[in-house]
This record gives sequence, C-alpha cells and structure tokens, in this order.
Amino acid sequence: MFYVEHYGVSFNGSIMYKLTIEEQTYTCQPDETVLDTLLREEVNISYACKKGTCHSCMVRSLDTIPPAAAQVGLKNTLKNHQHFLACLCHPEQDMVIKLPDASEFYTEGTVVVNEMLNRNTLLLIIAFKDAFEFNAGQFVNLQRADGLTRSYSIANTPQESNTLEFHIRRLPHGKFSAWLHDDIKVGDTIAVSEARGHCFYLPERREQGILLIGTGTGLAPLAGILTDALAHGHTGDIYLFHGSREVEDLYRIDEMRELAKQHSNFHYVPCLSGSHVPEGFMQGRANDVALATMADLKGWRVFLCGHPDMVNQAKRMTFLKGAASADIYADAFLVTPTG
Amino acid sequence: MTDAQEHEEATMSNTLYDRIGGEAAVNAAVDIFYRKVLNDYRINRFFDNVDMEKQAAKQKAFLTMAFGGPHNYTGEDMRKGHARLVKMGLDNSHFDAVVENLGATLEELNVPQELIAEVVAICETTRNDVLGR
Repeated sequence: MFYVEHYGVSFNGSIMYKLTIEEQTYTCQPDETVLDTLLREEVNISYACKKGTCHSCMVRSLDTIPPAAAQVGLKNTLKNHQHFLACLCHPEQDMVIKLPDASEFYTEGTVVVNEMLNRNTLLLIIAFKDAFEFNAGQFVNLQRADGLTRSYSIANTPQESNTLEFHIRRLPHGKFSAWLHDDIKVGDTIAVSEARGHCFYLPERREQGILLIGTGTGLAPLAGILTDALAHGHTGDIYLFHGSREVEDLYRIDEMRELAKQHSNFHYVPCLSGSHVPEGFMQGRANDVALATMADLKGWRVFLCGHPDMVNQAKRMTFLKGAASADIYADAFLVTPTG
Repeated sequence: MTDAQEHEEATMSNTLYDRIGGEAAVNAAVDIFYRKVLNDYRINRFFDNVDMEKQAAKQKAFLTMAFGGPHNYTGEDMRKGHARLVKMGLDNSHFDAVVENLGATLEELNVPQELIAEVVAICETTRNDVLGR
C-alpha cells in the first residue's frame, strides 16, 4: 500500500496527482476533481453547483497552468492569472493551489508621498524594497497595526519602479481614510497585501476600442489601465469618462487633457452631475454621458470603477449597447460609512 | 453556425448539440439571447438586481441544456433556482417570452427551423419545474 502511495499510482494504474494548499498535501484520486478531493479531505472551500456554472469554487493555481477545461467561461484576466474552477478540474500534473479566502501575505511598504489631489482625495505613494507584482487596475488591502484593513485600487503601472500609488478619498466617519489623511506621514510604514482583482488591461487586440467609466476615486484603477494600455501601444480609441458632482471633486484634469493632446486615440471627458458646469466639462453623470456619447459598443472593451450603483447600471447598459459580456470588467467600490 | 448547416446532411445521426454547433453555438448565442431578454419589457424585471457576470454563466449553462448538450440540471435545481421568481409572479406568459427570445436568437444565427423546434421542445420539458408546479 505504501508503495502505491509513494509512486502516486492507483491500483488500476492511473496516475494520482498531489494538490498542495499552504503546508498541506492532498492526493487527487483517479476520476476525482480538485473539488471532490478537497471536500473528501474536509477542506473548507465554498462551492455550490459543482458543474462550472456558479463559479463559487474558483481557486488559483500558483505554479502550473490549469487544464483548459477547468477555465471554460472565465474572463481572460482570470485565466491569465491561472484561476480555475475546482469542480471542473481533473489535474494533469501536481498542483499548488490557493483558496480564495486563504490568509494573505503582507509586505511592509514605506510612504514616500502623501499630498492632496483635491479637497478630499489624498495621493499616497508607498515604496517597497523589491518589485511588487501586480497588474495596473488591481487592488490591494492596506492594513493598520491594529488589524483594521481596507481595499484600495492601485493607480500606477508595474513599469514604474517599486512603488504603488493610491487615491484615498476621505469618507464621512471613515476610520481608515481618516487615519491615512490625518495621521500617516512620509516615512511611515504600512502593511500591503498581494494584488487582487481581475479588472485590468491585457495587451491583446490592440485595435479594440476601450471605454473607461469612473466616478470619484474610480479614476485610480482606470488611470493605471489607461497608462498601461498606452504604454503597450494600444491603437484603438480609448475614451475616459470621469465624473463627480462638483468640479472640486475631480482631479488630474490637466494631466488627462495633456495626455489626450499627446495621444490622438485617447479622449478625455470630465463629467459633472451638479448644477454648476464650467466650459470644458459635460453636464450629467459619467455613465449617462458615456452612454449618450457612444453610439455602439459592439467589439469594445469596457472598464467600470466606482460607486456600486453606477457600476451595476453601467454593466447592463454597456452590454445592451453591444459590448460582449466577456469584455466588461468592473470594480465596484464598497462605500461603507465605517470605511 | 453556418458550418453546422453545411455539414448538416452528413451529420444527421449526431446529437442535437453537435448538429447545432456545440459549445461554439452556445458562445455565439449567449450574449444575443441575454441582450434580448434584458430588452424585453415583459420579463426584464425578473433580472433586476442580478449580477450580470454570474447571470451570463448561468445563461450559458441553460443554453447548453436547451441545445441538448451535456448538463446535470435536475428538476429540483430548476425548482429551487426559480422559486424566488415564481413568488414574484413568474407564469406561463413569461416562460413563453423567454422561449420566444431564444427562438429569435437562433433565427438570427440562421439555425434551421427544425433544429429550433427541437430546442423549443427541450425547453418545454422544463416548464413545470421552472414554474414550480
């Protein structure tokens, strides 16, 4: 029996592969899916339909490329990061797997810039000793020494030295944002999680039109995606609709206008939903202005970041305007009053 | 899908799923179908407040089943999955509207009428479970 175990071959001769999760190793029996194995071993993993529909059991391979059949129906950005559905995965080799709720690895970073972008948004730049692995548009968790943790989108691209840039809006009664705004100084250290999220640019189909819609600090991930796309020589039209209520709550207006001058395929449309709309701005909510401006989104790639209501509505509306569901990427910000 | 038509003669003995074009057909149909459903005033209220991404995956599973493809939906799944909607008033007219949208999707993709009829027949077998009867 221990010989059988040792060689990882079952009695009927089929090969058994090892699944490693953190320190534990499990053996996937012939005909078992990864989910079957983990459930048999009583690993705590969320799942529901067991047929690839609900995506509840999505996990990530940390070493090998998962079998294609286990990635059917996942977004390109998820496939690119080796996510797969445990219920559809018959391993073809040993795998090291990360569960979605696995404890996170934090890295200490040092604040090198903290300055205001506008009356309520802080620019925070954190530097690291080594390169930080991420895609522009992803988010990380920032953690205070007492354990208080919040998610923030990364606003820069990995090409720019070992730093992460964040745009932090001060939320009413927000404990974490108040701490970052009021107490954090240059030279302080902050714990930063690994990058997460699947709302980012992949350098493929460079001639494809890209629509970016963001409200408030939803500009952060969009600015990263925009910089990344331009750096990769994206040739298709790129439209950015950035909205807020009042002009004082927008930011990077001049930088975006300058970028639009430099790149003929980039179009910047700042939108104001309030009553006072100076020249050079569009009246209305960013998603409404965007949908009124874009005649047809067939073939477009869409990125939506900001308030959850805006994101959910814009997801549906851009889909109805012709964008393929697989081409719509969204990052809804939680705006809890305790944030 | 046009391939499916061209090869239809030679592959009459294959399953409906093969004849209609398999997974490629599901992928071609899913967005067109879901867009029609969301645009249909008779039924789109049932899709308010659903996550579009999760819904798209569910639509794919549904189309795979309707096209006679591999699935393991049970009647019980159908009942559970639609119980919330039945409480909201889901009835025969809404079921018919969904089937109508599916038929229109397949017509748009130039699927032959006799295959559409087979798809509709498969949908019909789920009616009582979907409507919780």
